[in-house]
This record gives sequence, C-alpha cells and structure tokens, in this order.
Amino acid sequence: MTPEVLLQGIVGGLLMGLVYALIAAGLSLIFGLMEIVNFAHGEFLMVAMFTSYWAWALWRLDPLVSLPLTVCLLFALGAATYWGLIRWILDAPMLAQIFATFGLAVFLRSAAQALWGVDFLVVKNPLVEGRISVGGLFLGLPQLVASVGSLAAFAGLHWFISRTETGLALQATAQDRQAASLMGIDTQRMFALGWGIGAACVGVAGALLSMFFYIFPEVGVTFSLLAYVAVALGGFGNVPGTLVAGVVVGLVEVLGGLLIAPALKYAVVFAIYLVVVLWRPQGLFGRF
Amino acid sequence: MPLLEIEGVTKRFGGLVANREISFQVSPGELVGVIGPNGAGKSTLFDLLTGFQAPDAGHIRLDGVPIAGLRPDEISRRGVGRTFQKLKPFGGMTVLENVMVGAFQKTADPRQARAEAEDALESVGLADRAHVHARVLSTGQRKRLEMARALATRPRLLLLDEITGGVDQRSIPDLVELVRQLHAGGTALIVIEHNMRVIMGISQRVVALHLGEVIAIGSPAAVTSDARVIEAYLGRAYAG
Amino acid sequence: MRPRLGPLAAFVLLGAALAFPLVFTLPYPRDVMIRIFLYAMLATAWNLLAGYCGQISLGHAVFFGTGAYTSTLLLQQGWLGVWASPWVGMALGALLAALLSQVIGFPVFRLRGHYFAIATIAVGEIVQTVVINWDAVGGARGLFVPIKRPDSLINFQFHESKRTYYYIALALLVLAIGISRWIVRSRTGYYFRAIREDQDAAAALGIPVARYKQRAMAISAALTALGGTFYAQYVLFIDPESVLPLSLSILVCLVAVLGGVGTLWGPILGAAILVPLGEITRVQLGGTGKALDLVIYGLLIMIVSVVQPGGIMALLQRGSRRS
Repeated sequence: MTPEVLLQGIVGGLLMGLVYALIAAGLSLIFGLMEIVNFAHGEFLMVAMFTSYWAWALWRLDPLVSLPLTVCLLFALGAATYWGLIRWILDAPMLAQIFATFGLAVFLRSAAQALWGVDFLVVKNPLVEGRISVGGLFLGLPQLVASVGSLAAFAGLHWFISRTETGLALQATAQDRQAASLMGIDTQRMFALGWGIGAACVGVAGALLSMFFYIFPEVGVTFSLLAYVAVALGGFGNVPGTLVAGVVVGLVEVLGGLLIAPALKYAVVFAIYLVVVLWRPQGLFGRF
Repeated sequence: MPLLEIEGVTKRFGGLVANREISFQVSPGELVGVIGPNGAGKSTLFDLLTGFQAPDAGHIRLDGVPIAGLRPDEISRRGVGRTFQKLKPFGGMTVLENVMVGAFQKTADPRQARAEAEDALESVGLADRAHVHARVLSTGQRKRLEMARALATRPRLLLLDEITGGVDQRSIPDLVELVRQLHAGGTALIVIEHNMRVIMGISQRVVALHLGEVIAIGSPAAVTSDARVIEAYLGRAYAG
Repeated sequence: MRPRLGPLAAFVLLGAALAFPLVFTLPYPRDVMIRIFLYAMLATAWNLLAGYCGQISLGHAVFFGTGAYTSTLLLQQGWLGVWASPWVGMALGALLAALLSQVIGFPVFRLRGHYFAIATIAVGEIVQTVVINWDAVGGARGLFVPIKRPDSLINFQFHESKRTYYYIALALLVLAIGISRWIVRSRTGYYFRAIREDQDAAAALGIPVARYKQRAMAISAALTALGGTFYAQYVLFIDPESVLPLSLSILVCLVAVLGGVGTLWGPILGAAILVPLGEITRVQLGGTGKALDLVIYGLLIMIVSVVQPGGIMALLQRGSRRS
C-alpha cells in the first residue's frame, strides 16, 4: 500500500465522515430531546434515498433538484412518527421505547422490500458526475458535493439550534422538559419539531447520497449502525460532538478497510466503538 | 471502638467541592442527625459512605476496616444499609418481594426470606399492603418500604435520607416512632433531615454541614443554637 | 399477580403436546410444531436475560450461531474422534456460548438501556461479518452437516420421520421452561428482577450487579446455543444468513415481547401465534411472503409496544382481573 492510496483513503473517509456526521446529528438531536434512540433512523435515510430515486425515475428530477422535496417529505415523516407513535411512549418503560422505533424500522424496511424488491437501484447520469484532481488525489465530484452539502446542513442545524429563538426553545426542552413547559414552551410541538428536524437532516444526507450510492431497502441498516456509533462516540445529545465523531467513524471505516480487510471494515468500526465505550462510556465529549 | 470513622473526606465534582475535610465518628448503636441547607453536601456524603461515589481524599473506616472506594454491594454486605432521597422502589414487584430482595442478603432460602420480609413489613406497618405492586404506593408508604427493605439486610448502620420529605404532617410522628424503635433495637443510624423538630427529638448528636464543610458537631441543643448554624440556615441577621 | 393458568393447564398442554404426533402423522404439522417449540425455547432463554433481568439484547443470534457452528464443525472435522457426536457438540456449544457471553458482557454491561441494546446489535453484526469472511468455518457458503444413516439418537439425525425431532424439541422447551421457573423462584430470580427495576437500589441491598448480569447472560446464552445445535441437526445445513442474522435476533425478541416479556408463559404464547402467522403469510403471499410477514411483524412490534408492552399475558391479566 502506497502513501497515495493511504492519503486517498483518508480523504475519502473524511468526506464520507461528514455525511455520517449529518445523519448522526439528527439522531443525537432526537435523543437529546427525549432520551429516545430512533432505531428507525437508517430507514428514514432509506426512505429519503428512495424518494430521490423515484423523483428521478418518474420525473427526471436530479437528486440535487429534488432535495427540497425530499427534505420536506422527511420532515413530515419525522413529525408524523412523533405524533403517531412516539408521543404515546414518552413515559413508557424503556423496553417499549426501544421496540417502538425498532418495530418502525422493521416495518419500513420490509415495506420497501415488498414494494420495490431487493434490487440495488442507482441514479444514472446525475447532474454532478466525474472526478476532479487535487494535488494528485482524485476526489469524486458527487462525494465532494455530498460532503460539502452535509457540512453546510450541519452548520445550518447548529446555527438554528444556537441562534434562533425556536432553536433555543428546543435546547431548553432538551435540558429540562418541565421547566421549559413552565416557561410557556409547548413541549409537544418541540418534540414534533425535533423529530421533524432530525429526519430532515437525514433527508438531506439521503438526497446527497443518492447521487452516487446504491439504493436498496437494506441500505439504512449499516448507516444507522454507523450513526449510533458516531452518536455514542460524540456523546448522546451532543450535536456538535457528532461532527468530530462522524469524521472519526468515516476515517476508521476506510483505514480499517485498507489496513485490515475491506470485508471487515464495519467490524472494525464496531470494535472501536466497544473499545471507546469500555474506556469512556459517555463518549469522547458526552455529558453523562 | 467507633463503628464508623470519617476522616478528612473530600469530594469534588469538577470545580465544585461537595464535601471538604469532613470528619466525625459514629459509635455502635448511636443515632446521629445530619443537618444543613440544600447543597450542603449531605447526600454526597451518603453516596461516599455507601460506595456510590469514591472520595478524592480522606478515609472512611467501618469497624476499623477501610471501605472508601468499595462497591455499594460490598459495603452493604458489611452491614451498612441506606434509603434514597429520590425513592427507588422495585415498582414491578410486590411490596413483599421488594423486602425479600433485602432479606436474601442473609439467606438464600426463599421461604426464610419471605418470613424475614413479613417481619420487616410488620415492623414498618406495611403488612397489609404486602401483595400490592410497589409502584402504586403513596410517598409515605414508599418511604416505609425503603426502610423495611434496608432493614431486611440487618444492617448495623442504617443511613436514612430525608424520610419525612414529601410526607404529610399526620404521618410524621409514626415515622419518627419507627426510627426510635430501630434505634432502640441497637442499630446505629445516621439520619439526614430538614425537619428540625424531628432531628431534635431523636438525635443523640448532630452534625451540621454547610457548603460541604462541617460547621458544628454536638448535642442537638448545642448545634441548633450555634451561631454559625443559624447563620447558614437563616442568614446573618438571625445569628445575633 | 399471574393469571391462574397453573399446574393443571400446564399438564393438560403437555399431554396434548405429547399426543400430537400420534394424531398428526404428516411431516408439515409436526414441522410447524417443532418450530413453535424452538422459538418458544429461544424466547424463553432471551426472556431470562431481557425480561427478568432487564438487559435488552438485540444480538442473541450470536449464541444460536455458536451452538450451531460448534456442533457442526465438531462433526465435520471429527476433532474429538469417537466422541464426535452432536450431543457432545451441543454441550460444547452451550459451554462456548456461555464463555462467549462473558467476554461480550464484560465491556457491554458497562452500558445501560439504549446504549446496551445498540452494543448488542454491534456485536451481532461483528460476529456475522467475521464468520461470513472466515473460510475455515465455511464463510458465506455455510456448512453441511455430514449425513449419517440409519436414523439414530446418538447421531441425532432422523430421516424417516420428524417424530423424534418433535420430542427432542419439546424436551428442550420443557428444559428451558423448567430452568426458567426454577430460577425465577430462587434468590437469583429475585436478584435478576431487582436489577431490572433499579440497579442502584439493588446494589445498595448487597447485590453484586455485574456478577448477576453475567450470570443471566451465561444461562441465556447456553440455552440459546442448545437451540442452535438442534436447528443444525434438524435442517442439516447452516450458514451465517440462517443462524446469525439480525432478523433472527428480532424474531426471538418479538416472540417474547408479543407473548409477554418477563413471564413464564409469554414466550410460548408468542411462538404459538407468530410461527403459524408466519406460515400463513408465507403460504398466502407466495414469493413476497418473506418481506410481507416482516411488515406484519414490524406493525405488531409497534402496536404491542404502544398499546400493551406487557404483551398478551398482560392483556389476559387485565381481562381476568376485571371479571
């Protein structure tokens, strides 16, 4: 393995890592708000990717063009999930909470399979194609756009949470549900908003990924596991922390694949997660 | 030989010093009250004594043997029981089963554990609720359940954390009487309390904490008329 | 506390189960019953760790696979010479699964709640990935159990009829239930439940929490592995897709959750409903049957967790209390 290959890998891992960070940010937001892990987060991503695909297959809309549509749809899906499912289990025993979103994940995944089969689908001739060469390294343009887009969305999310009144209300609700409601914040709306935004993040990521990634019902599974790892590494509820954690996961994935074995790259990621969790259960930056 | 010795115990959480150089002793069978305004470090002290936190400095000895930094279950098995300020009943189990869990520390036989548990429930006055799920109990009943549960482990030292908190006025004398009976039975007790009348009525000695430090130790009368104690609770204007 | 299904009902059901193959002599009904017993047994094992001790494992397939692979490899490679019997393999598989569970538990039990659940998924994925890529144990192609004729109990293979498989599966279920019942009524069972309810309070009462969690995991893992060996000897072919997938872990959870987590009868009820349900969807819906029964499973899991997390057993209890 040459330094070029290694460097190429690192850059690739960095780019993918930004996408992971965005996906994980949505998950972390939801957890920070109500201490519920969305086990269907990967399936939300899958829905986003299929939305982009069908917008292209039916109406010839490029994923970048249909991105606003995808984001709106995913926002609606997130909010609807809150209203229809999560609202009823906010104070339920943890078993019920785990299984509620777990059941949703199974449902979405198999519904997609029932509707569209197991074939790997792909968006052909997207607007953004090809590679550019930067100092001897090749960067795929779709990947580059996806990472930049994810970073931009992440920055937007951070700005929203920390600078706008609604965002601050969200933070307040996350910190202390009762106090927030005593201050006049409608916690139900906050929760629905949180789920909507969390899903919307995944919507952006999914639309961007569909430019170059295979689209199939099981696609969410690996992404969600990587997202859990990123959230756990960054500290559950710590949205800025997921940026670093996402990148770490991306790098570990690539380096694990290069240095150990491509087939085992996810195994390496999960192993690293277990090691970190042994050493520091609250993650690298988390409040526990 | 004192039952419990606390020497120079200090605990920090980041920049906050929750307990600073705390030192006092408890003799076998003694009842010591611990008072102090909120944030004085009382519950932290209990966590240190029962293994839920480890001190950053100082020594804690039970019967002369160091116990600081041991796990909670290890300390419990050496004869230290506790109740929690934020109650922790085993909600999905019945009242009797809750207490049996405590009794099982001394016996592995379910029938014997059941008998012990029934006795403990009898002594706290919950015998008629034995087969009710713990989660439906009122606050006062939950407090008594916690006591019964801890009692079933036959502790030599029992730590009670604010047992009158959230309990209606009418039920307090019964709880106090219960504590007196425990004391009469030979168990040493450390009781955290906000209710001054309760503390005055039952304590042999009182330890007053403020901002993590011991500011007075002595008889109830002496401590509650100590100027620093009054200042801590009520402000300088009242200290005279 | 529990409905009065009681010993009488148990004996009646057991009698019916024993008589079943004498009445139904075709292979298909026996096969359905065998799978009901197998899933009920796996769910019972899972229930010990998750239902009674409160540690929600979503990666239990790992132990199933351990049992299946251990006994099959033993037979294939003939390692123990004359001792290479599936029964020895079964015992060995259970032992290995218990040991593996301790290794897994060491880091993973430091986590609580959701974090623990996620870690178990991660472990399951790691193991499945490793096995898929490990040619020495068959990799993605899987392993065939060497066929031995004639039918014999020692070789744990019966080609003429499913009857003996049926009774072995029933015996395994009875064993699992028996062990469960014994534990639940003992001090260990009380300690498990206390840990589930409130770990800190449990520790304050003298319970060495980590040790008991490991114990729960070991027993659960060993029992699950027994099921794995049975499966291997029944189907005579194993691969990562059939004995290690996340979907198997899901199904085991669902059986227990639907029937009633933390109860003795729940897993049996759950299996008695889900296995036939799976059959019906498969038969009715042909090729897409696989995905559609998972759609139904997903819906079921959601409905159960919102409406009645206690499962069918809880519904029955509410009903009997009202009357």
